[in-house]
Amino acid sequence: MSAFNAIGEEREIDRDEFTPEIEPQATWCPGCGDFGVLKALKQAMPEVGRTPEETLLVTGIGCSGKLSSYFKSYGFHSIHGRSLPVARAAKMANPDLEVIAAGGDGDGYGIGGNHFMHTARENHDMTYIVFDNEIFGLTKGQTSPTSPKGHKSKTQPHGSAKQPIRPLSLALTSGASYVARTAAVNPNQAKEILTEAMEHDGFAHVDFLTQCPTWNKDAKQYVPYIDVQDSDDYDFDITDRGEASEMMQKAEDALYEGEVLTGRFYHDEDRPSYQEEKQATGDMPEEPLAERYFDEDYEWERSYDLLERHK
Amino acid sequence: MTNDELIWRIAGGSGDGIDSTSQNFAKALMRSGLNVFTHRHYPSRIRGGHTYVEIRAKDDPVKSRGDNYNFLLALGDSFARNPQEEAYYGNEEVKPLTENLDELREGGVIVYDSGLLDASEIENFDERVEENNWHVYDLDLRGLAKEHGREIMRNTAGVGATAALLDMDLQYIEDLMTDAMSGDVLEANLQTLEEAYESVKEDYEHTHDLRAPTGTQEAEQVLVSGSHGIAYGSLDEGCRFISGYPMTPWTDVFTIMTQHLPEMGGISEQVEDEIAAASLAIGASHAGAKAMSGSSGGGFALMSEPLGLAEMTETPIVLVESMRAGGSTGMPTKPEQGDLEHVLYTSQGDSNRVVFAPGDAAECYEQTRKAFEIAYEYQIPAIVIYDQKLSGGHQTVPEDVFDEEPNPDIGSVVTEEDLEEAVQEAGRFKRFMYDDDGERGGVSPRSLPGQKGGNYLASGNEHNEVGHISEDPDNRVLQMNRRMAKLDSIRDELAENADHQAVYGPEDAEYGILSWGSTKGVVEEAVDVLNEQGHSVKAMNVSDMMPFAADEVTAFLESVDEALVVEMNATAQFRRHVQGQLGRFGEKLYSLLKYDGNPFEPREVVSGFESRISGDADLSQYNVRIESATGD
Ligand SMILES: Cc1ncc(C[n+]2csc(CCOP(=O)(O)OP(=O)(O)O)c2C)c(N)n1
Ligand code: SF4
Repeated sequence: MSAFNAIGEEREIDRDEFTPEIEPQATWCPGCGDFGVLKALKQAMPEVGRTPEETLLVTGIGCSGKLSSYFKSYGFHSIHGRSLPVARAAKMANPDLEVIAAGGDGDGYGIGGNHFMHTARENHDMTYIVFDNEIFGLTKGQTSPTSPKGHKSKTQPHGSAKQPIRPLSLALTSGASYVARTAAVNPNQAKEILTEAMEHDGFAHVDFLTQCPTWNKDAKQYVPYIDVQDSDDYDFDITDRGEASEMMQKAEDALYEGEVLTGRFYHDEDRPSYQEEKQATGDMPEEPLAERYFDEDYEWERSYDLLERHK
Repeated sequence: MTNDELIWRIAGGSGDGIDSTSQNFAKALMRSGLNVFTHRHYPSRIRGGHTYVEIRAKDDPVKSRGDNYNFLLALGDSFARNPQEEAYYGNEEVKPLTENLDELREGGVIVYDSGLLDASEIENFDERVEENNWHVYDLDLRGLAKEHGREIMRNTAGVGATAALLDMDLQYIEDLMTDAMSGDVLEANLQTLEEAYESVKEDYEHTHDLRAPTGTQEAEQVLVSGSHGIAYGSLDEGCRFISGYPMTPWTDVFTIMTQHLPEMGGISEQVEDEIAAASLAIGASHAGAKAMSGSSGGGFALMSEPLGLAEMTETPIVLVESMRAGGSTGMPTKPEQGDLEHVLYTSQGDSNRVVFAPGDAAECYEQTRKAFEIAYEYQIPAIVIYDQKLSGGHQTVPEDVFDEEPNPDIGSVVTEEDLEEAVQEAGRFKRFMYDDDGERGGVSPRSLPGQKGGNYLASGNEHNEVGHISEDPDNRVLQMNRRMAKLDSIRDELAENADHQAVYGPEDAEYGILSWGSTKGVVEEAVDVLNEQGHSVKAMNVSDMMPFAADEVTAFLESVDEALVVEMNATAQFRRHVQGQLGRFGEKLYSLLKYDGNPFEPREVVSGFESRISGDADLSQYNVRIESATGD
């Protein structure tokens, strides 16, 4: 018998299964965009067909990091900026798991920026959701890497002199094979994009615009969103890096001018995932490592048999 | 000059095969039935610069590099290869001779490559030779190698000359070459070896008495480093995941593991930094693999936060801390024992981890296995701390040390059948269940992602039994107490098998020497010398740092009048740890400290002891310092 029976269980899945029976008291503020991510994720899970037990949600620290408390699956609430390295190793140890990583823009583009770049480059088969509220929420409203230039906060009282990070372009140049942006106020699109991201066999990056009514009154929730796929004004090929890149630049410039473009920006279905690449070079076993510790017939090799070279 | 030990030093430039040549020679000595210990000295520089490897061979066990050395093979490696390099590094061709003379024993033997080195360039060379009764053989090793087509073979020629001067049987060396090379290369090397051997036998008058000692070891031995011990221990415990970022000397373990993991069905990952490295080990372990990571001082500093995460989420991992001289980037290629406090106390909150400090290659193997066992049984991070000396130095170890069964047991993990019966709360598994009656020794049941009925949240924030973040004071106390209780359970388990901290020397000795980690061997040799000289001394090398081996160390210290604590750092970190853990003995403890980047030699420990006890030894010639525990 496999040790992980819950994996691959085929049955009807209800989104309510992802709600803890006694919900921990939500610490999110009323009107917080994070509720939208939680809802969209719960709606996407039945579409993807994965059960709570075969799903591992790894979060960082921040208001956004609390997602794993309110979403019932296997969860790992890690440390600030480190959800990606934890998540990608869990995926390597047991590739049969549905692995999702999530965190804020400070978490993912600031303190964890290095991991973002490298996880995208390796193209691990996982989904990464960044709650992009253009602010540090949990630590009370400091400037974040996506705060607009000139943004004033207690730590930048004269206005930020920095250009904001360009998360979509960064994901693309780093090597992500799926890049999209959606928003908490667009529940249908959010659900669809999260579903597609999870179904994608590679690193799927979703920049998820969320509002922070408490610290960021200028948040984009008051602006109408445009879905680049629904609009005839934005015709581009999402499988073409060049066109995708141009479109991303447009979306990133426009964001700070008040026009919010969302949708799918890049989708490369051909690029092998990191796991496939690593298996092809013989650097990763075919069956999940985690299974092996439960396989009584597996013959463990011994160091004693390596001693020839030391004689 | 006695022939009971050979300490052969091969010196030249970095990057010129000194390492591989010495490895082979060390193996040849081992195959002849001797015990061997190697010491690598190299600068933090890729090409050029002076480097040497010392091989000490004896029929009796060898536990340290020894005092000085008695045979120098000075290869005339060109330190600058072209005008640009020369302009940058300068041309220091005589360094293989000049840099090593100070430590050559009286009556020692020098073989140098007259094809590249000019002894007449060296100030007072002849006077020094005469004064010290050295026996000098100048041989055109380069010329000889060139005749056979390849200049680099001057190493081989040097080994041939060595064998001739020491009356060694060439067979062992030839066998090793045959194993390592083939075709024309092998042929040319064998010819060079034999020709050098013959010409030294025939053309030179042998004025020295030094001969290779006769080996009588019958048990099969292997030549391994401490890093091999750690890597092999990990593999035998079923560790199949390693993540790391290169940093000297941790890279030794990382590369050995990487060399074997793919073919053993495991995964090795070089990642973007050490924070990621430790975090990956946590992620892999969380999902159900036996995982490790590690680094050296600076890289380990980056692991501080994930280490705390592993403690709080009770994710088992093993981290290796391979010390080099600090602070900051320090001296990358030099040993020191300066990271003890860093490893014991770094990270957030009350410390809750296990720390082992093995003292030799065999202990590296055994204690790494123990580290995995404890980590997975008690769901706690375990750290193996050792240093550059133990990492790269090779020593002979009986082969049967490694002849152990693998233990892939993943520890206190529940099965899906267990989960059917398990206590749930609000549809989540009580992964962090209180241990009210203390029956589980603080350990709570652990499920793995993918197991039916086992879902929970692992959080670095304080959490309740199912893992939800909680600031409830009662829960906090219960969880803290449970996590801390694990250390007591581990202490009890370790105490059952404390013979690795056994006392060395006469039980009833008057004085003690206390050490930790890689200073073990050198202290034991010093104890032998001291007792032979009429002192009454015994030693204990401590490896269980956290939880601390309190009972054993207390018994040891109570039984002696006074103890010298020997360690390679400037601030007596281990001595302070002993005092802190035991809360007494200040009046009995003195430190002997060395932190110049070189490991202790037995004579330094002997003199340190004598200077403390009888006050009549002169320490000024050494870079060591005595310090009292109570201040003067
Ligand atoms: C190493 C470290 N540095 C700083 C913090 C404090 N901290 C917690 S959350 C946070 C920023 C959160 O901002 P963001 O990631 O954008 O998430 P949000 O709260 O907006 O969802 C910071 C700085 C921390 N927990 N750990
Ligand atoms: S501070 Fe902002 S991000 Fe955090 S919960 Fe409140 S509204 Fe949401």
